[in-house]
Amino acid sequence: MTKNLHLWVIPLLPLIGTAINGLLGRRFKNAMVSAVALLFTAASFGWAVWAVWTVWPGSGIALPHIETIATWITAGSFSAPFGFYLDQLSIVMVLVVTGVGFLIHIYSVGYMAHEGGYYRFFAYLNLFMFFMLTLVLANNYLLMFVGWEGVGLASYLLIGFFFLKDSAADAGKKAFIVNRIGDMAFLIGMFLLIQHFGTLDFGGKAGVFAQVSKFAPEAGWGWITITALCLMFGATGKSAQVPLYVWLPDAMEGPTPVSALIHAATMVTAGIYMIARSHAIFNLAPHALQIVAIIVFITAIFAATMGMAQTDIKRVLAYSTVSQLGYMFLACGVAAYSAGIFHLMTHAFFKALLFLGAGSVIHAVGGEQDMRRMGGLWRKIPWTFGVVTIATIAIAGIPPFAGFFSKDEILGAVFHSPYGGPVIWGIGVLTAGLTSFYMFRLLFMTFFGDLKLGSVDIGEEAHAAHAPAQAAHGSASHSHGHADDQSHGHGGVHESPWVMLAPLVVLAALSFVGGWVGVPQFMGGHNEIEHFLAPVMQSGPSVSGEAVSDKDATTSHAGEATPEKSSEEWLLAGTSIVAAFVGLFFAYLLYYKRPELPDRITSKMHGIYMMVLHKYYVDEGYGAIFIKPLLALSTVVLWRGVDQGVIDGLVNGAGAASRGVGHELRQMQSGNIRSYAAWVALGGAAIVAYMIWLGVTR
Amino acid sequence: MVPLSWYLILSGILFSLGVLGFLLKRNIITIFMSIELMLNAVNLSFVAFANYWHTHLPPGQNTIIPLSGQVFVFFVMVVAAAEAAVGLAIIISVYRTRETLNVDRVNLLKL
Repeated sequence: MTKNLHLWVIPLLPLIGTAINGLLGRRFKNAMVSAVALLFTAASFGWAVWAVWTVWPGSGIALPHIETIATWITAGSFSAPFGFYLDQLSIVMVLVVTGVGFLIHIYSVGYMAHEGGYYRFFAYLNLFMFFMLTLVLANNYLLMFVGWEGVGLASYLLIGFFFLKDSAADAGKKAFIVNRIGDMAFLIGMFLLIQHFGTLDFGGKAGVFAQVSKFAPEAGWGWITITALCLMFGATGKSAQVPLYVWLPDAMEGPTPVSALIHAATMVTAGIYMIARSHAIFNLAPHALQIVAIIVFITAIFAATMGMAQTDIKRVLAYSTVSQLGYMFLACGVAAYSAGIFHLMTHAFFKALLFLGAGSVIHAVGGEQDMRRMGGLWRKIPWTFGVVTIATIAIAGIPPFAGFFSKDEILGAVFHSPYGGPVIWGIGVLTAGLTSFYMFRLLFMTFFGDLKLGSVDIGEEAHAAHAPAQAAHGSASHSHGHADDQSHGHGGVHESPWVMLAPLVVLAALSFVGGWVGVPQFMGGHNEIEHFLAPVMQSGPSVSGEAVSDKDATTSHAGEATPEKSSEEWLLAGTSIVAAFVGLFFAYLLYYKRPELPDRITSKMHGIYMMVLHKYYVDEGYGAIFIKPLLALSTVVLWRGVDQGVIDGLVNGAGAASRGVGHELRQMQSGNIRSYAAWVALGGAAIVAYMIWLGVTR
Repeated sequence: MVPLSWYLILSGILFSLGVLGFLLKRNIITIFMSIELMLNAVNLSFVAFANYWHTHLPPGQNTIIPLSGQVFVFFVMVVAAAEAAVGLAIIISVYRTRETLNVDRVNLLKL
């Protein structure tokens, strides 16, 4: 330990903010609450920047930088300390979490200004920051798991922030429970690690990674593969992948800044972070990597198609998030971890921007979330329009915006990887096209055409899927919409205040330039991010499969690329750009040029459309397969059978038995002295008989 | 010499008579006398055993305090006398209030 950076301060600062706002905030004025929240978040960001500055490569401090504060749990030979771990990977994560988190805090000051429970909101938000920073800075899986569970808790609290609304409360519970399922797998993975390594520490000589690197990659289904699969399943819960993605679209019930911070930019990327952190384990388990690749390519395409049919602006973004997270997992699945982290970073910028922009739109139109009722807003809210356009171009993957570079890097890695190949690459490109389509659809529906606020009849069958939820949205959820109506003269569309626009502008700038740190070699860049992350990602052993892709990646980016290699890269990049423009073209055609076309298409392909609109009936399927049997089991067996039958039976039976016995015995106390005497005599006779019997048998 | 068993049989008969009288009679005076009968049956066995141990054990093994059985009999008599005094007083009091000596009609002392 060369220098003590006091890394523990970084997560602790937001916790202090939580404590102040949570315990005392009720009495504070709103300005005071936001001042406290912003101060501690900014301080945390500042400390993180300082720490990163101090350990920046070239400063002479070796990475990973490990700090152990105290012992936390000791049991036999196993111990888990309060330790913090700073390496290139956590540097990226910490900066993204604190930086984007701070911007979203600023935005929330404006967005939540008219909501009730202002102090509660900021207390939760700071609590989330605390747990997220614990997660990314932890030095062992157990401490990471604390953060992991904690962000789940914060997510639950914030999704259910409008807890008077049933749909929000239900969505919170759903998110929490679905996450628990994944967490169980994560726990089992940790138990397996303890069983085989006796430790959960990341680094150090006796750490998991040092130990695991002594193993050879598993050909079959050994315990390393099982561990990797458990960790991956845990990640699918947190990062909303098939089969556990169902909670994320519903999580949009929360306030929009929450959707941006937790359900787009930071928390949902925890799974990717965890897998990238555990890459040493995954590299040894080719089967697990293969399964990751398959699952996520299903997720990416699945979510992208679902996003096309949604009409709720935030739900479109939610499915888009699921799809983009699929991209990051895809990168992990083909062992291109740094590409995944790169996309995580750029995605944090532009997806947070999209959500905040959507929030600004919702704010502008007074709480409306249905895109079919919007339109023509670009004149009225030009700033929002501008930043959302930048974010849309970024996510669609059009250069030189951020999304292009990270997405292209993932797709390139997929193409060359033994786990990917042209087929999965093709699906990835198709997904990119779909992404571009639904994002521009959102853009055209929201900002172009005519404003249809309240005038469009959307009582068609299409609405059946979430009519109740939206009805609730329209009326109850956004009380600030009503507040706005009053203060701004009945629903006049208006630009958001500067406190909301400023973070948008910063994020827009990041969405624009954020990708330039990863300009690939063949385009004349240096791919800084890959070089930056390389020490982390190569600490694990290179195994046959990964060695090929690693070498591919490094050689092609290291300037030794042959002309064919380079032209192939250009071709791949060109294909994804073409896909993006095709998506843009179709969105333009269907939702700007010929707005009557979509209806005709949907009526022609009614079956497919309904299936997509109802999200492939996955929720209904889960309901029928898991929830109904579980409910039936709980009701019939556990409740009626075990609880009412056995447990209540035992308790009531004990009571009834003593009553019964007492009732019988009471007959003996008749008040008749001669019957008392008879009992005494009987007793005496019994004793005498016993004594005689003893004497006889002796 | 009369064997010990005879005393004990007589004592048992007397005790059983006392028990029977206690159980079967309704007059409280008779019940009272039955109690005395049982007490004296026990007294008889006390005296019989005391005499038996006194005469039949060899001197070396005889660790019994002399006359201990007889002393117990006196204790029993004293207690019986005290009981008779208290009991008869209660009987008189009961008779004064309830004007009966039938125990079946004196059954208020119950739950």
